[in-house]
Amino acid sequence: MQTDDTDRRLLRQLQAAPEAAIADLAERANVSAATARRRLDRMREAGLFRGPRAVIDWDALGYRVEVSLRIAIDKTVPGAFDVFLEEARKIPEVTEIQTFLGRVDLRLSVRARDMADYQRLYRDRILSLPHMADIEALVRVATIFERESLPL
Amino acid sequence: MIELDDTDRALLRALAEDATEGAGALGRRLGLSQPAAWRRIRRLEDAGAISGRAIDLDREKLGFGVTVFLGIKLAAKGRHGLEDFERAISAIPEVQAVHHVLGRFDYRLIVTARDLPDFERVLRRRIMVLPSVGEVEANVLLSQERRPGPL
Repeated sequence: MQTDDTDRRLLRQLQAAPEAAIADLAERANVSAATARRRLDRMREAGLFRGPRAVIDWDALGYRVEVSLRIAIDKTVPGAFDVFLEEARKIPEVTEIQTFLGRVDLRLSVRARDMADYQRLYRDRILSLPHMADIEALVRVATIFERESLPL
Repeated sequence: MIELDDTDRALLRALAEDATEGAGALGRRLGLSQPAAWRRIRRLEDAGAISGRAIDLDREKLGFGVTVFLGIKLAAKGRHGLEDFERAISAIPEVQAVHHVLGRFDYRLIVTARDLPDFERVLRRRIMVLPSVGEVEANVLLSQERRPGPL
């Protein structure tokens, strides 16, 4: 579906305040509440956005270590990607899986309670994943910023 | 740190997937009364287990067809280098996330663009021009899935 300026204004407001009431979003986007509701419903039905969903604070739950595992897959093995993904999904500490075009084929984001817990996870679960040609870890020190907003 | 029981974990899993349902509907699925579900959600929020709510935009449908994960190694180190880089990079609207990391790179960036030429513009004219940027590695996102995590 095509979006116009009003739609994008509403989406910008929604991104900034996912929990805001329709009336507030409408006011900030400078449209009537009825217009806001109709347009947001239409965009949701068209699949332009989903949610809101709750954002879990892993640090607050005691999972203070976040590691980004960059993985190259052994592509000489037929079906290596699918086998790998299926096994990676079984590891509960994995919070995100991405696939890429580039030097890295796959990225797993994992959460552990502390470095000892991470070491266990890495040795027992990660290193036993199938068809890895290379693996490299980036440990998160700090999140400088994260914005759930597209430059609409 | 908040202690979770199985019901809390089930609630968090459900809410992390979809928080559009009310406490009543969610409670019914988990065998809780509406007030009990509401109280538990409230407690999870107060304890900071839920840090907020997010909307997931379909980037592609909104005309942002390219998402790239960038690894950046700084050329000039030292505190000023870091601060200047962080300030400059945060001002680029296409940059969705910046994480300071330990490992082969100093920073991990998520950049979104309309298409590859648009990405090249952002990379060359906004990111590579920053004085502290050294080595850059770009990986173009093909697919992405969020997992429930250790709940």
